[in-house]
Amino acid sequence: MSGYKIHLLVCGGTGCKASLSTAVVENLNHEIKTQGLDDFAQVVTTGCFGFCEKGPIVKIIPDNTFYVQVKPEDAREIVEEHIVKGRKVERLLYHDPDKETIVSDSKHMNFYKKQVRIALRNCGVIDPENIDEYIARDGYKALGKVLSEKTPEEAIKLIKDSGLRGRGGGGFSTGMKWELAAKNISDEKYVVCNADEGDPGAFMDRSILEGDPHTVVEAMAICGYSIGSNYGLVYIRAEYPLAIERLKTAIKQARDYGLLGNNILGTGFKFDIELRYGAGAFVCGEETALIHSMEGSRGEPTMKPPFPSDSGYLGKPTTVNNVETFANIPVIINKGAAWFSSIGSEKAKGTKVFALAGKINNVGLIEVPMGITLREVIFEIGGGIKNGKKFKAVQTGGPSGGCLTEKHLDTPIDYDNLIAAGSMMGSGGMVVMDEDDCMVDVAKFFLDFTVEESCGKCAPCRIGNKRLHEILEKITKGNGTPEDITRLINLGTVIKDTSLCGLGQSSPNPVLATINNFMDEYTAHIEDKKCPAGVCKALMKYEIVDENCVGCTACARACPVGAITGERKEIHHIDTSLCIKCGACIDRCKFNAVIIK
Amino acid sequence: MGKIKTLADLRKMREKLKSETDLRDKSEHPEDMVQIKVAMATCCIASGSRETMNYIVDELEKRNVDAVVTQTGCMGYCYAEPTVEVTVPGKEPIVFGYVDEKKANEIIERYIKNGELVEGIIPMNYRSIEETK
Repeated sequence: MSGYKIHLLVCGGTGCKASLSTAVVENLNHEIKTQGLDDFAQVVTTGCFGFCEKGPIVKIIPDNTFYVQVKPEDAREIVEEHIVKGRKVERLLYHDPDKETIVSDSKHMNFYKKQVRIALRNCGVIDPENIDEYIARDGYKALGKVLSEKTPEEAIKLIKDSGLRGRGGGGFSTGMKWELAAKNISDEKYVVCNADEGDPGAFMDRSILEGDPHTVVEAMAICGYSIGSNYGLVYIRAEYPLAIERLKTAIKQARDYGLLGNNILGTGFKFDIELRYGAGAFVCGEETALIHSMEGSRGEPTMKPPFPSDSGYLGKPTTVNNVETFANIPVIINKGAAWFSSIGSEKAKGTKVFALAGKINNVGLIEVPMGITLREVIFEIGGGIKNGKKFKAVQTGGPSGGCLTEKHLDTPIDYDNLIAAGSMMGSGGMVVMDEDDCMVDVAKFFLDFTVEESCGKCAPCRIGNKRLHEILEKITKGNGTPEDITRLINLGTVIKDTSLCGLGQSSPNPVLATINNFMDEYTAHIEDKKCPAGVCKALMKYEIVDENCVGCTACARACPVGAITGERKEIHHIDTSLCIKCGACIDRCKFNAVIIK
Repeated sequence: MGKIKTLADLRKMREKLKSETDLRDKSEHPEDMVQIKVAMATCCIASGSRETMNYIVDELEKRNVDAVVTQTGCMGYCYAEPTVEVTVPGKEPIVFGYVDEKKANEIIERYIKNGELVEGIIPMNYRSIEETK
């Protein structure tokens, strides 16, 4: 039986580690030792809790106390007050910004109320570097069940019936994908896990690998058995050192336990996994490019067909699935297809993990049932817009996606609805924008990314996106003409129609979506030469309002380029030819005399 | 630790390991099971509440009772330490005083298992902030 009566779960995800959670763990351990409570309380480093906004997180079990923004020096107080005396440390509890109340446990936090955690079920609960904890929570049970009770066909049917669709963005039926690979007869087949997460602002795959690497190992073995493969490969970007380290540990532990290798669980099934590192090129998330990169060739996509299920890695049948897709597999096998398909919406079953980023109060990682509305995600779970500003749009699907605006707030989120609304699910990044964001600038930002990441193989993507970017640059500099809009639309449509792979086929989306939803902002830039959000510097003009200026000289002293002139107690003026629009004068003026026009 | 050779081995291992992380699942749904709070302030610990708590945790597990045991601060009934508050799902919380191992045994067997009230109940003499809201 377990000797520990109290578990202190400390987040060890990359985000919290950057905020010194490693030192928190060390100090907690030290304090517990000092108090002589070694046999009584246990400190566990877990994966991501998702509430990254307020990291590092420390959760105390069994009373479920949720401490936020814990610093290493708080360890002593937590141990002395909470563990020894049983009194909660109030100042470290989460303060609900809406009701101005203190919430002591995660159950009552709006952030967690609407979440359903399947893929993230073990994140923030178990120690990812300890296979025993994974096994204790039904780990490798699904693999055992499949190997001893099901034929490969039955396993594939179960996944197919569950309605699970690829979580990497494509939304293709996972069961179908497996079936296609299973049908092909070959001496060797491969299972590939796509961990080349590339969308700016997306970190769900990294968090799963960091928080629960064994689930991916187990699911890959299940996939191997189902399609008739003995060899798995994880394509992971080298920028994820912690995820790589934990995955390596997991694979080693699984080998030591005989859950990978020859004759797994005495069934004669053989399976092993190796890692392949990506250099972080966005296009390598595309499955054909990914396979080429693994083979040692340039990470360039090729035409489909042939699909990887026919001819993939080294020309053999290959199944490529995303990390989050894999994380769902063991649960589906344990709980059944009917259970899984009861969650979610008509056409999209189960849950989806989203990474909330941008101008939102609760930045973090969430897992919600498909079919939830954007309003629930942003205003209930996400806690609304930062500083009480007005919601403008949310960018989903990363650089390949589009924008959803206020009119889409009540649309249930699933693959098809998002496409109908002019965006896409993508891998699940959600960048929230408020009234201070300029949509032309946002489109330019995402295009910046695709221009950089285009592999250059096909002309529409390599040349077309560059031209799109130039036109946007021209508009934000105040040199746009009304014809530019037509040019953007025509060029964008051609790029979409003629590009070789998913990157080019979707890269004009942010531009087309912003034109579609925020035509007024484009018009303001082109015709009035103004940026309504006040982002595009070239279109801004700083001015001093005569009536408000008292001649205190504060602004003139703050100006780094000496663009402000005026004697003491007299009205000041800004020389716009010298002004670099840094905003220092606005910050300094106490009389609201400096305005942006 | 050697290799896990069969599915039966895996199952056996899981049963053994389960108790170590069980607590984390249980604490997600405390209202569905018996909740026991043991007062653990200086005065309580001096009167032996830590022994009581350890005894309760061990015995509950031995007797297969699903319960969450947490520690709490001083309940204010220092004359009757160690004090233990027991909440059976659907019932009002009850505070017991002078809970040594013998009393704890009685509480588990008679109150938690059979719903009989046992001697030693301390009448609530205050309301908490949460109730007055």
